Amino acid sequence: MDTSLSPISDDRFGPAEARHLLVRTAFAPDRHRARALVGLGVQGAVAWVLAGGDDSGLPGPPGGPDIRRPFTEEERRAYRQALGSDDPALRERARASRQQIDRDDRQMHKDLQTWWLGRMIKTASPMREFQTLLWHGHFATAYQPVQDAWLLYQQNEMFRRYGLESFATLARGIVRDPAMIKYLNNHQNRKGEPNENLARELMELFTLGEGQYREGDIREGARALTGFTYDDNAFSFNQTRHDDGKKSILGRTGRFDGDDFVEILLRHPACARYIALKLYRHYVADVSDRFGDLSAAQKSVVDQIAKRLRADKYALGPTLGVLLSSRHFYDAEVVGRKIKSPAQLVVGTARSLGTPERSTSRLHENMRMMGQSLFDPPSVAGWGVGRSWINTSTLFARQNTCVYMITGKNPGRRWDRGATNYDPMSLVADLDAAKPAEVSRVLMNDLLGAHVAEDRRAPLEAFLNEGGGPVTGDRLMGFLTLVTAMPEYQLC
Amino acid sequence: MSEKMPYTRREFLQASLALMSTLGTVPGFLSHTSTAMADPAALLDADAVNQGRVLVVIQLSGGNDGLNTVIPAGMPEYYRMRGGLAVAERDVLELDPRVGVGLHPSLRGVQEMYQEGQATVVQGVGYPNPNRSHFASMDVWHAGDTKAADGHRGVGWIGRAMDAEAKRGEHDCLSCVTVGEEAPMATQGVEAKPVSFSRAELFEWSGKGLHPKLARAYEQINAGVEPVTTADPASFVFRTALDAQAASDRVRRAVSRRAETEFPANGLSRQLQAVASMIAAELPTRIYYVALGGFDTHANQAGTHARLLDQFASSVRAFYRELAAIGQDQRVVTMAFSEFGRRVDTNGSNGTDHGAAGPMFLFGPKVRAGLIGPHPSLTDLDNGDLKFRVDFRSVYAAVLDDWLGLDSRVALGSRFRAAPVLEG
Repeated sequence: MDTSLSPISDDRFGPAEARHLLVRTAFAPDRHRARALVGLGVQGAVAWVLAGGDDSGLPGPPGGPDIRRPFTEEERRAYRQALGSDDPALRERARASRQQIDRDDRQMHKDLQTWWLGRMIKTASPMREFQTLLWHGHFATAYQPVQDAWLLYQQNEMFRRYGLESFATLARGIVRDPAMIKYLNNHQNRKGEPNENLARELMELFTLGEGQYREGDIREGARALTGFTYDDNAFSFNQTRHDDGKKSILGRTGRFDGDDFVEILLRHPACARYIALKLYRHYVADVSDRFGDLSAAQKSVVDQIAKRLRADKYALGPTLGVLLSSRHFYDAEVVGRKIKSPAQLVVGTARSLGTPERSTSRLHENMRMMGQSLFDPPSVAGWGVGRSWINTSTLFARQNTCVYMITGKNPGRRWDRGATNYDPMSLVADLDAAKPAEVSRVLMNDLLGAHVAEDRRAPLEAFLNEGGGPVTGDRLMGFLTLVTAMPEYQLC
Repeated sequence: MSEKMPYTRREFLQASLALMSTLGTVPGFLSHTSTAMADPAALLDADAVNQGRVLVVIQLSGGNDGLNTVIPAGMPEYYRMRGGLAVAERDVLELDPRVGVGLHPSLRGVQEMYQEGQATVVQGVGYPNPNRSHFASMDVWHAGDTKAADGHRGVGWIGRAMDAEAKRGEHDCLSCVTVGEEAPMATQGVEAKPVSFSRAELFEWSGKGLHPKLARAYEQINAGVEPVTTADPASFVFRTALDAQAASDRVRRAVSRRAETEFPANGLSRQLQAVASMIAAELPTRIYYVALGGFDTHANQAGTHARLLDQFASSVRAFYRELAAIGQDQRVVTMAFSEFGRRVDTNGSNGTDHGAAGPMFLFGPKVRAGLIGPHPSLTDLDNGDLKFRVDFRSVYAAVLDDWLGLDSRVALGSRFRAAPVLEG
């Protein structure tokens, strides 16, 4: 395997390589775009992907910042009085108003999930959304127990805004992020009554990885983070709860606060390597999140990425630019060997097939059945990669979701065949419909990759060609349901 | 490096079905083991009998009010502290008059099973430093780890046991099946994943009916591949696709069976009826997982709780009637739990708030029927909650080690002495 991070030469950067770049960064292949990218050369193409386009026309977030605004003193008093009142109707009203707030908030959480999914499908900056997804799984925060959808939205915007800029900015931001503070109980972390949850995950999952620190570092780190809390939607530092004493963290001593703690972590040599590994897992290969489990070749690449990150003070754009142009990234052992996450599968299918807008909430519901519910990662460790996505039931969910996107047919639901509303012929407008074999070859190259073997293609080509004659929309639709049901379609 | 399989999984299954038909009376649940394939004599191995044992887990989600489930009618404090929510002594179903403990009147089916020697009630089950958040506490029960309340890795006690089986080459894709919308964290391994479905019709490719020729092409693309190495991601997906085909056919065929006996019309019964059908089909499944939600009774608890308990008891009762009718009850142990009990005192809304320890139930002809452990004291409380006496992991240890023959130390991270819930 080629482990070099130097760029491939432009004459090696053909449509297949451009397709690989698009699939790994922008959710979906697009043969017209791929052809255009070839003309830019590899670095031009990567720069184009990184830059993204204009998203100003996309819808803003659902809900609003005030669904869970804190009660005013007056409201609080009235609420308490009502609850303590002898009048059952008054008590009921007070409880009902509280429950309405809970319902509104849960609704915003649901709307937020479909809002983001819709955004991924429509965005002109798909790599930015794909990177946001990486940070969402890295700094994993779920609706429970945060129970404040607006806070999740704010965090998501932070990932979107700085996600391609700098890991240091993100790490500094996350200890001041109300959603994370609430998720990992740091609002309960006060002088003399430590809560170590954030300190522990900050080291173990967010910056250094397991084994790079001791329990004592966690205890001292937790002391540094005391008083880091939130007030309504904003970070707040509570001086009286802060432990201002001396702490020793990872060999450094001082009267550290939470911000100092983050700086110490960022300076630790394990941090860049840990983040490099996360980037590698997101863009290059389904590997373990423990560096020690990697092959020598993979270790060498991750170390090179880490070196770049360190040299660039955690700037992400330049590092990703190097990685995505590299000979390693286009190596035959990398191409087509990564398992798509549910988001990649759903968003990629919508984008590459240009399927009509169907119910985004049903699409998200299907993603949940595949194991990836947005704003609801399964734990603070986020989602796994690769094989963890695939089992016998998720495989059907994945295949059937593609059928739903193409045909409108969702298992267990009534299906209005007439309302299918998808014209797959637009996909092959540039091809000769009278040549099914040609159409089949081009679409399979596009959707599955040129590396798929001839004998694997035969049943699909036979289906498209059945009975001879030119390709029809109806038959092409069946063909696409087959392509998306190929085991190869699960890979990218 | 490359390890060629002799033939595709589909052919393997067909061959095994052919073998089964010649063997006639051999229990189908043995058909999946490769030893059975290679050597029919191995079918008689005593160890293989253990392979046929099944555990069914019933999750009662929301924090079941254990105090109004297993009722200490003999403790005057109960009536003093529970006020309007207390169940009148005359309505309490008798379990053990010597210790003054009985059952909620909706649990008639449980009482009957208890009297037949088919129900165990473990009292005061919990864990140290209980967490009163549904999510955190459920995480603890799912992970089988009390530290899981502060974050976990999405891997559960069953999942770890299944991972270990997979390492020993003893894992079938159907080893763990969950019936319900979501596969609970308890069943997630690092590698081993449960088969889960809410409705059997979701467990097949929905494209089949779109065009007469599609089904055949679909089978060709998913079955015509010989997995080369397990390290290769494409091979892994191919293999899973083959498994999915095989599991889909097996599960849907199994579930389409009609029950021999009557099941009540409710959600838990539908799940358990599907489980009974899969057991009847002798799938190689070791653990089935089902759930009944709605136990989070903060207000006007009495009616809701009674309905839920009735659903629970009548479903389990029907489940074992069915299993007995088809001669499968001897190999099924069922275990029911909730993430916590409720507080001893009622709240101001005729409901109860989140508490700590509660009872667990085990069912089946092979359980050691009776009451395990004394009822928790109503005067010696922990922050107003019942104190636990039995660590839930000791019950897990019993069903893992003593019933399924799986290693509880791997599943739970350390050794717990098995609670005496099974026949010796």
